Amino acid sequence: MPRYLRNLIIALIVLAVLYGLDFVFQARMISPYFIRILMLSGIAITLAVSLNLINGFTGQFSIGHAGFMAVGAYSSAYFSVTYGANLAATLGGGKLAWAICLAAATIIGAAFAGLAGLVVGVPSLRLKGDYLAIVTLGFGQIIVVFLNNIEVVGGARGYSGIPIVQSFFWIFLIAVLTIVVVYNIVHSAFGRALIAIREDELAAEAMGVNTTRYKVMAFVISSAMAGAGGVLLAHFDGYLNPKSFEFIKSFEILIMVILGGLGSIVGSVLGAILLTVLPEALRGFAEYRMVIYSLLLIILMITRPQGLLGSTAAFRGWRGRRRKKSRTEAEEITAEDTRDSASVDKATLGERQSETSLREKDSKNK
Amino acid sequence: MLKLENVSVNYGAIEALTGISMHVKEGEVVTLIGANGAGKTTTLRTITGLLEPRQGRVVFEGQDISGTPTHKLVARGISMSPEGRGVFANLSVRENLQMGAYLNKDKKKVAADMERAFTMFKRLKERESQKAGTLSGGEQQMLAIGRALMSNPRLLLLDEPSLGLAPLVVHTIFEAIDEIRGKGTTILLVEQNAHAALGHSDRAYVLETGRIVMEGPSKELAADPRIKEAYLGE
Repeated sequence: MPRYLRNLIIALIVLAVLYGLDFVFQARMISPYFIRILMLSGIAITLAVSLNLINGFTGQFSIGHAGFMAVGAYSSAYFSVTYGANLAATLGGGKLAWAICLAAATIIGAAFAGLAGLVVGVPSLRLKGDYLAIVTLGFGQIIVVFLNNIEVVGGARGYSGIPIVQSFFWIFLIAVLTIVVVYNIVHSAFGRALIAIREDELAAEAMGVNTTRYKVMAFVISSAMAGAGGVLLAHFDGYLNPKSFEFIKSFEILIMVILGGLGSIVGSVLGAILLTVLPEALRGFAEYRMVIYSLLLIILMITRPQGLLGSTAAFRGWRGRRRKKSRTEAEEITAEDTRDSASVDKATLGERQSETSLREKDSKNK
Repeated sequence: MLKLENVSVNYGAIEALTGISMHVKEGEVVTLIGANGAGKTTTLRTITGLLEPRQGRVVFEGQDISGTPTHKLVARGISMSPEGRGVFANLSVRENLQMGAYLNKDKKKVAADMERAFTMFKRLKERESQKAGTLSGGEQQMLAIGRALMSNPRLLLLDEPSLGLAPLVVHTIFEAIDEIRGKGTTILLVEQNAHAALGHSDRAYVLETGRIVMEGPSKELAADPRIKEAYLGE
């Protein structure tokens, strides 16, 4: 069977399963609370897997994912509020019409978030090192300040009246698409170049990889996917508030990725589900909930610092770059110094001798 | 083939290279020796476009390449094995070599080049699907050199290939350098191990605090009393 045919069949099966589950869920056979958590997990998966592309596979440290999510959420929400109803009406007003509207909103949200990624990425990814972390952190804050002050989208009061057209089907369709896209990128020549950048940026450059361009491309793709995640959220509750895109949200996504394991897609999926379900599962503990939640995270990070499914080496590559560098420098110095050590020793010895004699003189003078 | 014309490079206010002039002719192995901080790595970084000269220029095959981004040099025929080896630890040996041929879209040619790398370094063949990070230092260095050769460079830049390796392994690496030279690739070798570098090169430059203080055929330099005292420890 040719490959594309096999892929097509798999895609159809996935679609059928998603649609079937969607049908079951809408028939309210399962508690809406449970479905809500499931759907939030789906949004979290989209965000975590997309962040993993840049933090886990490319080795660039972005901590402003919620900012791109906000761009996607607000731009698509604005589109849906302003044009959604009209567009759906012209298209017939049925379920399918709204599906087309939502698809358009998703494309718009992802495009704006990708554009924001380009604006943030181009200046900060030209540099090597941790500059991206600082810039993305700032970007996340700036977006929130902006949203708080733009009256058209509700400002600090929040943006309400967004058509609620989200369903299990859509959320998981986007989640599956994100996983498939990231998986394919990672297993392509482009992905190998990204991993090479993570492992050793200078060496990747020496192989002929235009590292800046590749980093920016990965970053834009990742941002656009975060934007799509934002679109899902905007049409989920029908209400957006700038507060939900603050730094803590970026951090939450980052924890999902690190907890699941940098450079592991399955890990990100697990991390996203775990971090969405855990706070809910701990509700029984009432006021101790967040304490237990934090404790569990700490214990997990102590026992498995590389994350649930992360490869140890990927983790080291990301965290230990500075350590590695200093080690090679140390090697160099020892290799260099062995033959010079004799003379150096003599020199220091001489110094010491003169020092002691000086001190002796001092004491004599007293 | 490669020419540095009166190149000066600064790190901020500190002058790292002061009016360096040197050249590498086609088919030659030229070595650049010097102590730590003499400017060896700075010189290589200038050639590979990581640093831009404040004065002077770098010429490769008649064209000014000063400040050309590193990744564009591969297409022009310059390949580098970076200092500290820089293998992609999480990719397999095979994938590392594939990265070396990143710009080559001809799969058959890449496969042939890979076979050549495996014939040159038989140890790599044994470890083909192993992650590069699990290799020994010497094997990683072989991989770094093999990878640099995958782009079929006309000029190969080797930065400290003997760094941190056992004497026996250093010997193997230098034998490989001889073999690469035998196949007609021009090599610029930056080394601290002056003894090995002078024994396996045609000409040498000696760098001291950013200036070239001596140059000439490697054999003559190896016999020079000043070199013997300062670099060969005799």
